[in-house]
Amino acid sequence: MQRAPALFALAFLGLWEALVRAMGVPEYLIPGPLRIVQAFFEAPWLLLTSLASTLIVTAVALAVSVVLGVALALAMQASPWARAAIQPWAVALQVTPIVSIAPLIIVWVGDAFTALVVCATIVAFFPVLSNTAAGLAAAPQDLQDLFWLNKATRWQTLRLLRLPVALPYFLAGLRISGGLALVGAVVAEFVAGSGGFASGLAYRILESGYRLQIPRMFAALVLLSAAGIAINAALGSFASWLLRRTGQA
Amino acid sequence: MLAIDGVSRRFANGVEALRDASLRLGQGDFVALLGPSGCGKSTLLRLIAGLDRPDSGRLVWNGGAPDIGFVFQDATLLPWATAAENVFLPLRLRGQGWADAAPQVGAALARVGLSGFEAARPRELSGGMRMRVSIARALVTRPKVLLMDEPFAALDEFTRHGLQADLLKLWAELRCTVVFVTHSIYEAAFLARRIVLMTPRPGRIACEIASPGNLARLDPAYAALVAEITTALSHEAEGRL
Repeated sequence: MQRAPALFALAFLGLWEALVRAMGVPEYLIPGPLRIVQAFFEAPWLLLTSLASTLIVTAVALAVSVVLGVALALAMQASPWARAAIQPWAVALQVTPIVSIAPLIIVWVGDAFTALVVCATIVAFFPVLSNTAAGLAAAPQDLQDLFWLNKATRWQTLRLLRLPVALPYFLAGLRISGGLALVGAVVAEFVAGSGGFASGLAYRILESGYRLQIPRMFAALVLLSAAGIAINAALGSFASWLLRRTGQA
Repeated sequence: MLAIDGVSRRFANGVEALRDASLRLGQGDFVALLGPSGCGKSTLLRLIAGLDRPDSGRLVWNGGAPDIGFVFQDATLLPWATAAENVFLPLRLRGQGWADAAPQVGAALARVGLSGFEAARPRELSGGMRMRVSIARALVTRPKVLLMDEPFAALDEFTRHGLQADLLKLWAELRCTVVFVTHSIYEAAFLARRIVLMTPRPGRIACEIASPGNLARLDPAYAALVAEITTALSHEAEGRL
């Protein structure tokens, strides 16, 4: 069972390679898997530094999303007024396609790195915000009554009840946000790519496209998917480790 | 120690949960609030606890509101905390440190028969043991008043009988006032010295029946008490048809 994904991938790649060779498909249309690997080794540092650049934007955007999302969720929990004020704007930001506002952000924010982080954060912060807000509100009424009966302060109720209850919600949101931060970073790089910030993987994909270096384009794509899978797996392990450590799993 | 006078409570959805209820609680009483669902017994308990306020009428504590221990229908433990940490919680919320509170926590767990389970988490305990932790948590602050909202309703009969016997022992030991909400005639007859019958729509107090207490389940006096309660309840139901 555990080997099923790997076996399937192997069969799929084998079939792909065989078909490309048998039908004589030119590599500027669809390169075979072996050619893609070769393309990676033609310029490994170029691609890996691009990957690192994209991952740095992703990591910073995720960190900002966590701080921003948790802070806004706490504010929404603390005051109904803040909840009413923040919620519609958070949704508005969430449903606005980042592609349509990224050019504006890149023009407004002079610094390219900051602009990419802002774009990726806009895409990524919503799951952290909405999940944490839901978790902070999820403390069972009986337990809230128990804290009230024991004259708990708001701070005690937050620290000893609401935050632990919210933790699994937050971690689920974090995992979604991790993937979205990467998507946001790549989208922003695409928009900014021709605008002068030339280092991320998305820029490599664009550049390879212009130059018809399709195998390298595929190699960059594979790196992106691998990065996405790795982020998801890492955040998943982190979540189960933390839940075990805090006695919640 | 508590005088409840003409207390009424109507919820926002228009349901009249409690109408004109009056009751006196004395030090060391064991009172059962008995009735079918919707008779306002839980509402009355929450009013006594201060978790809810009446629309009219008064609750007056003689000598100010005392420390209250509350046991909910579910054990409502913190699932991530150990049994000891759960029992420590009320003391912690009062600003006590663990070093200072540990003996009290240990004693409270011992009192409900859970010595040796200090480090167990709720999911490692049976339903009855979870309820014992919940009772230990309610008793750890040595409250003058113990309020219990159908605490044994979700347990199997064997466990329930064990906990009922233990509760009577604890009550004899601690001499606190207990108000026990239940919809079981047998449970009320076995536990309480005063059985307050309540009827629904609107929720109100119908009458009160006294019990000599300490009745064994096979005692004819126990059967007679159960019969008396049953008759009173059916009279109430007939009177309303």
